[in-house]
Amino acid sequence: MSPAVDSAERTEQERPVLEMRGITKTFPGVKALSDVNLTVRPGEIHAVCGENGAGKSTLMKVLSGVHPHGSYEGEIFFQGEPVAFKDIRASEQRGIVIIHQELALVPFLSIAENIFLGNEQRSGARGLVDWNATMRRATELLRRVGLRENPQTSVADIGVGKQQLVEIAKALSKEVKLLILDEPTAALNDEDSATLLDLILELREQGIASIVISHKLGEVRRIADTLTILRDGRTIETLTVREHPGDTPELSEDRIIRGMVGRDLDHRFPDRTPYEGEHTTALEVAGWTVRHPVDQQRKVVDDASLTVRRGEIVGIAGLMGAGRTELAMSVFGRSYGRYESGTVRVGGREVRTRTVPAAIDAGIAYVTEDRKQYGLNLLDTINRNVSLASLSGMARHGVVDEHEERSVAERYRKSMNIKAPTVHEQTGRLSGGNQQKVVLSKWIHADPEVLILDEPTRGIDVGAKYEIYTVIDKLAAQGKAVLFISSELPELLGMCDRIYTMAEGRLTAEIDRADATQEVLMRHMTRNRS
Amino acid sequence: MTTTTKPSSPTPPEDAPPPVQAVARSAGAVLLENMRGHMRQYGMLTALVFIIVLFQIWTDGTLLLPNNVSNLIQQNGYILILAMGMMIVIIAGHIDLSVGSLVAFVGAMAAVMMVKHDMPWVLALALSLLIGAVAGAWQGFFIAYVGIPSFIVTLAGMLLFRGLTQIVLEGQSLSPFPSGFQNLAKGFIPEMGPYTQYHNPTLVIGLVAIVFLLLRERRDRKRQLAYDLDVLPTGLWVAKCVALTAAVVAFTLTLASFHGVPVVMLVMTGLLLGLGYVMRNAVVGRHVYALGGNKAAAKLSGVKDQRVTFLVFVNMGVLAALAGCVYAARLNAGTPQAGLNFELEAIAASFIGGASMSGGVGTVMGAVIGGLVLGVLNNGMSLVGIGTDYQQVIKGLVLLAAVGFDVWNKRKAGR
Repeated sequence: MSPAVDSAERTEQERPVLEMRGITKTFPGVKALSDVNLTVRPGEIHAVCGENGAGKSTLMKVLSGVHPHGSYEGEIFFQGEPVAFKDIRASEQRGIVIIHQELALVPFLSIAENIFLGNEQRSGARGLVDWNATMRRATELLRRVGLRENPQTSVADIGVGKQQLVEIAKALSKEVKLLILDEPTAALNDEDSATLLDLILELREQGIASIVISHKLGEVRRIADTLTILRDGRTIETLTVREHPGDTPELSEDRIIRGMVGRDLDHRFPDRTPYEGEHTTALEVAGWTVRHPVDQQRKVVDDASLTVRRGEIVGIAGLMGAGRTELAMSVFGRSYGRYESGTVRVGGREVRTRTVPAAIDAGIAYVTEDRKQYGLNLLDTINRNVSLASLSGMARHGVVDEHEERSVAERYRKSMNIKAPTVHEQTGRLSGGNQQKVVLSKWIHADPEVLILDEPTRGIDVGAKYEIYTVIDKLAAQGKAVLFISSELPELLGMCDRIYTMAEGRLTAEIDRADATQEVLMRHMTRNRS
Repeated sequence: MTTTTKPSSPTPPEDAPPPVQAVARSAGAVLLENMRGHMRQYGMLTALVFIIVLFQIWTDGTLLLPNNVSNLIQQNGYILILAMGMMIVIIAGHIDLSVGSLVAFVGAMAAVMMVKHDMPWVLALALSLLIGAVAGAWQGFFIAYVGIPSFIVTLAGMLLFRGLTQIVLEGQSLSPFPSGFQNLAKGFIPEMGPYTQYHNPTLVIGLVAIVFLLLRERRDRKRQLAYDLDVLPTGLWVAKCVALTAAVVAFTLTLASFHGVPVVMLVMTGLLLGLGYVMRNAVVGRHVYALGGNKAAAKLSGVKDQRVTFLVFVNMGVLAALAGCVYAARLNAGTPQAGLNFELEAIAASFIGGASMSGGVGTVMGAVIGGLVLGVLNNGMSLVGIGTDYQQVIKGLVLLAAVGFDVWNKRKAGR
């Protein structure tokens, strides 16, 4: 870390902008943080990594005053002075601004209004908004973050990537000195992510330090100067990623992963277990074409044809917006867009999949990429979520056998290693990885022939990922056909027998496991029309 | 710079740490966990008992005199019926503002059928329920299949049915009803058998209820043991059974020393058991919870959202019609002003009883408890001579406190 300098001799330049010492935060019954230390030097980009539940978000909540002073132990020094924030406002006044994973913008207000929300440019003392100043300053801020949009545009009309930039403009309007970004690129495509990461680097040039929480180790290596790893609520280590801005990173991804999980991950993917039965075709989609629900001119999926055999794991690789999720959802009960043409066969027989119940009856299951929005009833318990797609199978004369339901859920809790005291735990209280296991349990119990998994490991930690891969392998070994949609190419390469690539709504190539490399896939994923 | 080699231990979710879990789960832990899921309901049950005790003392014992208990049940029957339907509507993520007007409209139609056309009361009752079903289907159609928000559709229904009531009645009240119909609200189960100090059929019903409850307790426990699930320790379980029995005995004897079980209570109990069972155990009940909890996820799990929503409103329509008949029977007249503000009472009862604004949460039993809290408050305050002006104020504060308690409780659990 920083060279050992006697604190008395430290100049203004070298004094840490932020020092958190011995932070311990206890929730009823659980120690979320214990004796955590974090030091951020001026103008550096400091990454914080750790599995889900390691305490990253809690630490940031302590720092930003969401957990007020007094609810935790330990000391925080900001720009050399001890601070005790009683709420978010207090920390913002000092120039600490946190940008959450879920954006906090009001969709129907304009960009300018959002930037100055809660911090309005006033005219005089009468509580009126000075619109001239608002627009002028908003334009300035937008230029600083490199967003070319009219400040009067409504936030609902710009993409997620641009919304993220608006958030940063909002932070800049508050004279930010330390910017905290929680999974800033989780919802962004590669291009928007690159823009955002460049912006963070640019802000560093202007002397703004950043703390970046991220699961994406490639990004961490790209931008971070220093990296702190948390595990089980403790600081495990602080590592130097690069000595000087612009240097190539000295730290390998494997080294970071080792710190995060506390062990070497030689095998990031389980060995595939072969399926012993006949490899007959289980799913056959032919000539599938779907138009955009609103913009009827656009073919979101264009003449897509694919097959998946029993016991096979077939990947679909594609960039954001390639139409992967749209293809899957429209096959699954036409849950997306306007169907135009195409047929679906399951086990060689043509099936009607006009509605979700029909698709389920035909033996298809779709595990959504967005478990909170489309996968789970977060208010309800694990057992009731697990049973939802197969309730009629657990019912006699329309009455659910609660005890069977409970023991089924209990079985999955054990076999899937869902970390919860009982199956009566609300799913909203589980971590992302465990929520994903509940969604998977739901669809495994529906006993489909074909499972479509849409980004099954998004936003979950390395350990849980491995467990999910093991489950997928087991399903294939049992003779299920698995269609595996993912944005992470290593994951597809590690798990799939074959991989289709998709670009602009069309399947551009079908590549065997033996021939597939990241470069080959990427080339077909970026292939343009004509 | 530690480099421990132990595998990552189970980590709690970041935002919502679960409470400590002991390896050997103590009796208290099991009990607590049983209660945690139904915090608001247990809280409200405690509040109900508290209110009853308070007014029992305040009214020098008048509150729980047999005739007042009967009165209390008959006074609140129609609100409780509405509250049960409203609870289901709210669980599904909707609201129904039209039930007060529908109560009036069905009462008016019943009056027209029986008073003007001398229709037999059984037939009139059946037709009234059918009218309720059609009215519910009308609203359900626009909500489920057309996609107009329930707030708007039922606000329109509120005006529409109120207007229709006045048209049907031509602004007049219609009475009287046949005594059979009046019994719906005012009647009791007829006395049978030899003279005893108590009402015989009521004693039998009480006995049946005790046997039924105890058998169910035993069956549940056996099944739980068979499936190797956590159960209450034997001592606590026996205590629970004894308490349950004592409560039923006390209630039975109270009713049996007056005229016995009111007819409306029989109806209500039937609805409570039936609807409670459907919401808890039937596939369609689960689908209602799933829709209210997360509509998108429910649809993607194969829940037929439109049909379920439609059925929820048909059910509400039938229950509003039943409440309309009970209310008309109690007044012994169909009047244009019937059912005013009933929708608000029903909604308040649901929220006091544990419903959530966003849907997905609540039980039919909760609605009854919420309705009883309001009912006992009404009755108790009237007995001690508090004017209706102050009654309104107090009921408003109770609603605010009940929901406030819940919000506070959730925040405490969540952070």
